[in-house]
Amino acid sequence: MLEIKNLHARIGEKEILKGINLTVPDGEIHAIMGPNGAGKSTLSYVLSGRDGYEVTEGEVIYDGQDILALAPEDRAAAGLFLAFQYPVELPGVGNANFMRTAVNAVRRKRGEAELDAVAFLKLARAAVKNLSMKEDFLKRNVNVGFSGGEKKRNEMLQMALLQPGLAILDETDSGLDIDALKIVAEGVNALRSEKFSALVITHYQRLLDYIVPDMVHVLSGGRIVRSGPASLALELEAHGYAGLEAA
Amino acid sequence: MSASMQAIADQKYKYGFTTDIEMEEFPLGLSEDIVRRISAKKSEPAWMLEWRLKAYRLWLTMEEPDWANVKHPPINYQELYYYAAPAKEQPKSLDDVDPELLRTYEKLGIPLNERAALAGVAVDAVFDSVSVATTFRDTLSKSGVIFCPISEAVREHPELVKKYLGSVVPVRDNYFAALNSAVFSDGSFVFIPKGVRCPMELSTYFRINARNTGQFERTLIIADDGASVSYLEGCTAPMRDENQLHAAVVELVAMDDAKIKYSTVQNWYPGDADGKGGIYNFVTKRGACRGKNSKISWTQVETGSAITWKYPSCVLQGDGSVGEFYSVAVTNHHQQADTGTKMIHLGKNTTSTIISKGISAGKSDNTYRGLVKILASASGARNFTQCDSLLIGNECGAHTVPYIESRNSSAKLEHEATTSKIDEDQLFYCRSRGLSEEDAVGMIVNGFCKDVLKELPMEFAVEAQKLLAVSLEGSVG
Repeated sequence: MLEIKNLHARIGEKEILKGINLTVPDGEIHAIMGPNGAGKSTLSYVLSGRDGYEVTEGEVIYDGQDILALAPEDRAAAGLFLAFQYPVELPGVGNANFMRTAVNAVRRKRGEAELDAVAFLKLARAAVKNLSMKEDFLKRNVNVGFSGGEKKRNEMLQMALLQPGLAILDETDSGLDIDALKIVAEGVNALRSEKFSALVITHYQRLLDYIVPDMVHVLSGGRIVRSGPASLALELEAHGYAGLEAA
Repeated sequence: MSASMQAIADQKYKYGFTTDIEMEEFPLGLSEDIVRRISAKKSEPAWMLEWRLKAYRLWLTMEEPDWANVKHPPINYQELYYYAAPAKEQPKSLDDVDPELLRTYEKLGIPLNERAALAGVAVDAVFDSVSVATTFRDTLSKSGVIFCPISEAVREHPELVKKYLGSVVPVRDNYFAALNSAVFSDGSFVFIPKGVRCPMELSTYFRINARNTGQFERTLIIADDGASVSYLEGCTAPMRDENQLHAAVVELVAMDDAKIKYSTVQNWYPGDADGKGGIYNFVTKRGACRGKNSKISWTQVETGSAITWKYPSCVLQGDGSVGEFYSVAVTNHHQQADTGTKMIHLGKNTTSTIISKGISAGKSDNTYRGLVKILASASGARNFTQCDSLLIGNECGAHTVPYIESRNSSAKLEHEATTSKIDEDQLFYCRSRGLSEEDAVGMIVNGFCKDVLKELPMEFAVEAQKLLAVSLEGSVG
């Protein structure tokens, strides 16, 4: 379970998150929607531990552990996964090598045995197939020369291999056509279980046609201003974010 | 510095130990008498002594070059020892080598015992001024390959040494080459006869141990018509507060259809984090592609030394000959590197490739300096050059100084250069996937260097990858 309590964070002197309260029980998928500049990406970065964001108040408890004190790599080991809005290119670093290193780093910290090259490849090939990707995906350099859709699929591949308990999808749908969108949704839906939860951050409703959330929260001006069932997303789509601040 | 910080600093350079062994040293400083003593110590014939003396007299008239993008206090050549060697008599066979020396090389990961040695690699171990052991000589001699200390070659194969020594790097080539010619004390000699493919990787492992001692090694490799050889050198030195000079000369000669692949993993002590100590690595390396369709390929991974000044080059004389230079140069803390290559095209349809990857971190300075020269005779010559620089942090420098001269209008030359930084985005991306910051840097740097690392013999590629990661420890955050 993820519990965010009264979370305040700033970049430099500017306060972006102004007291966020949010609980995501295990097994649930929550969507976070909101206008540009509401603090959506900041929330995902603060949760995953990126430098440059200062938490001034509040706490984030995941699985009973305060994760704000952990380094990003330790949060990954604890089960957090951030799917990037703009996945980063790593020239010269093979996708398979990168993922095996990551998976084994996480397994080591979780006290699990590391996977040898053969065992890992078997796992990776199966995951690649599940995501309707070509096998040469594993041989290419991480995100280098990938189309927008391929980059997002690669994020889903990484997520499938790292087996997180909590996935944060930061506008993973931006710039995707419908086919790619479906693949991202399938990636998330495939992981759905009692032990998996997700925060799906999105500007548009359409991703939520494919990943049906248990709850929708509206983030505006650094606070959650409204929460409701999946139908709230449709309402927002129809009426926009205007006027929510006052609600 | 706290104890734990000290531990981390020590751990970074794991070859920094010293070997406690009784040494024979010549008196401090350089003079004609020292040159004579070195020659006498090696029981050299008169022609060799004459060659050295000529070099010494020439050196006295020369001036230290100052064009490189490096800074250091003046070197006092009278405050160096020019000869230091284990005091015990030169061993006749591996069984006679001082156990303390065997242990030293064991610690460096180079077992000299042939049974324990890396399969398929013959090693010449040079300790300060002398070769202490050469493995697999018998195996090699069965195929006619000569692999021995150069001091021995001077005595045993004088016709070959006379013919080739100084034929690629003339005594007067530069200040450090002249100095080396006067005082070189050991190094490796390799001769691969006609049509022979050397059955093993050959390697020389250079170790500086003695204090205030310069190491002046000389390597000469000849591949006769149709012969081929792959040779690797490794270098380490103890951690000491004062700088030490290493001025080597390497000459390669490739005859018709011959191939020489020369790989270096240079890990001399780089000095501490404040720039104290470390090796001055002033080296002249050059290969002559004398025969048609011959090929010389240099691959270097340069992570050590306080200062590196080194331009492994190819003189492409034979028609259709090929020169290659693949380089990774890493500088961290206060290290300075000014390194690159020269490709001199003389023959028709000669080809050269230059791939250089410079990585700068800390407060270091890293310069690529290269020359591609196409002479009028070199019709159809081609060159491709790619120079990439990677910066880590905001206090380091990367410089690229390419010179191109073409006197033949049929030549084709390409030059590409990039400079990039390891950015926060890449690091955070890797860390969010579970990699530690240092593993992330290691992975990004290895990716950046991949085109060069894949040129190394396999056994050493893994070692080189680890070395890159260790050299950059503490360079971020």
